[in-house]
Amino acid sequence: MDLDALGACLTTSACVVNQTTSGLIVGMLLFLVAAGVTLIFGVLKIVNFAHGTFYMLGGYVAYTVLGATNSYALAVLLGAIAMALFGALFERALISRVYGSNVLMQLLICYAVVLIFDDLVKIVWGPEFHAMGMPPAFQVPPLFIAGGVVPPFYAVLIGIAALIAIVLGLGLSMTRLGKTVRAAAINPQMVSALGVNTTLLFAIVFAIGGGLAGLAGALAAPVRSLSPGMGFSILIESFIVTVIGGMGSIAGALVSALLIGLVRGFGTIGFPKFTDGMIYIVMIAILLLRPQGLFGRQS
Amino acid sequence: MKERAALREAAIAAVVLIAVLAIPFVHRSPAFEDFVIRLSAMALFATSLNLLIGNTGMVSFGHGMFYGLGAYVFGLTMQMTDLSLPVAALLAVLATTLAALCVGAICVRLGTDYFAFITLAVQMLFYSVIISWQSLTGGDQGLRGGIPRREIFGFELASQLHLYQFCAIVAALGLLALRHISASPFGQTLRMIRDNEYRASFLGVVLWRARLRAFTIAGAFAGLGGVLAALFVSGAYPELADWPNSGQAIFAVMLGGINSFLGPLLGAMILLALNDVVTRFTEYQGLVLGIVILVFALGLRRGVLDFLKLAWPGRSR
Repeated sequence: MDLDALGACLTTSACVVNQTTSGLIVGMLLFLVAAGVTLIFGVLKIVNFAHGTFYMLGGYVAYTVLGATNSYALAVLLGAIAMALFGALFERALISRVYGSNVLMQLLICYAVVLIFDDLVKIVWGPEFHAMGMPPAFQVPPLFIAGGVVPPFYAVLIGIAALIAIVLGLGLSMTRLGKTVRAAAINPQMVSALGVNTTLLFAIVFAIGGGLAGLAGALAAPVRSLSPGMGFSILIESFIVTVIGGMGSIAGALVSALLIGLVRGFGTIGFPKFTDGMIYIVMIAILLLRPQGLFGRQS
Repeated sequence: MKERAALREAAIAAVVLIAVLAIPFVHRSPAFEDFVIRLSAMALFATSLNLLIGNTGMVSFGHGMFYGLGAYVFGLTMQMTDLSLPVAALLAVLATTLAALCVGAICVRLGTDYFAFITLAVQMLFYSVIISWQSLTGGDQGLRGGIPRREIFGFELASQLHLYQFCAIVAALGLLALRHISASPFGQTLRMIRDNEYRASFLGVVLWRARLRAFTIAGAFAGLGGVLAALFVSGAYPELADWPNSGQAIFAVMLGGINSFLGPLLGAMILLALNDVVTRFTEYQGLVLGIVILVFALGLRRGVLDFLKLAWPGRSR
């Protein structure tokens, strides 16, 4: 614990800006992953333990595409699209086979997929860490905001994630697909009886979730290193986000992802060794005081 | 009738135990002995978890916490005091029992999904405490310097053979006790809660109390498994309390079968054997293990013993 350092940081604007940006980066990436988790849980009642794998593969696909084409925009796009397809395929080929059976069977299948793809990544890209490096377009002098240093890439990343959050929120509340998805979350049998192709709908939900995770992986690649097993830690954190925000709530995912991002951002200064511990304490407290999460519906 | 069933099980356990103990006198194989030592720890861990998953229908993601806690308390007691091994082991089990009681008191009232997540969160909190409390636990390096393996009842635990015998006996006794618990009226109550908690509640069962009791018992036996694990690795590592380890136990339970008492034991055997065999042939053990799990999950759709029980329904119990 180093509360003096935390206090000193909170009183200097440069430090506040720096830590807030790094917190927002963490939070926004986390939101993209957790939005998929919460969407899939909301509609299908499946806790997707393989979601970190989508994130990891998105990062690696982007890494390869960037190496081949030298276009970061294309890399991000292809990373997201590839993972959307992968998500739909994963749902159709594996998860759909165990819909009616034990919840633990779904867990087992997800775990198998995690193991398989961690090793496939090792085979294809090697077990070592890869650094993607900052894309050339962003190798420009940083912005200075109130004495803090903000690399332009960070600003773009936060902007993209915020845009996605808005699109996702509006899409769910305004579009036909969004309304169908929300209806299916409440009563899938009724939606199916009304003539909606729920098989397709479930695959689409997985595709959206996978695409978001792939996008997060591709966006994260320049600021974090790539390694097999990188999906693991983000998976746990996205679960925490989902639980704190309320399972099935996109707005909840956004708020709690930002909360966790900021706890991380400032935690590294105040209590560097116990940041994880703080986050778990927050999660336990929320579960005890409000088991349905901040934005969850009372079941 | 009940008495006889219990006697028969004790007899079966004794025969198996004697057979296992006799093997080294016929043929010494360090690899096999290692396997049995690790299996005894893992079997206690997985079987105790199944008291929650299979019997009570409580999916705990944080069972590794008690395994790790048992290992750490035992290791620390042995390193820091001159207490004899059984006393240290007893202390470790008592500590895990108490911890399970406290954690359970917080967790057992929550619904299924939230129960899974809060147990996970408590375990990860425990894990971060181990990592950050470096002066006591050695942080991410783990508890090093070895655990003094003092002699007990003529067992010289520094010798692999004696460790093998000790672990086999402890595991057999532990499993027998768990079997007794799950066959008892209390075990029946747990299964009634699993099948229909409202009916159980109407019949006068206080749900949270029964669940808390199951959680505490499961934690205690996981702690005992942790003691064996600490003896095997001669230390304690944060990985014992990390969530992949809890995952391992869940998969052992799932692979073997949640509705059979011996399912988790079989599952632990399969997992350990797979790991051992596969590491010999390829470094990509995750790939092989993953494919095997997929085949099991999609092919059988249940654990091996549960599948066999369905295929030959004659001897149901």
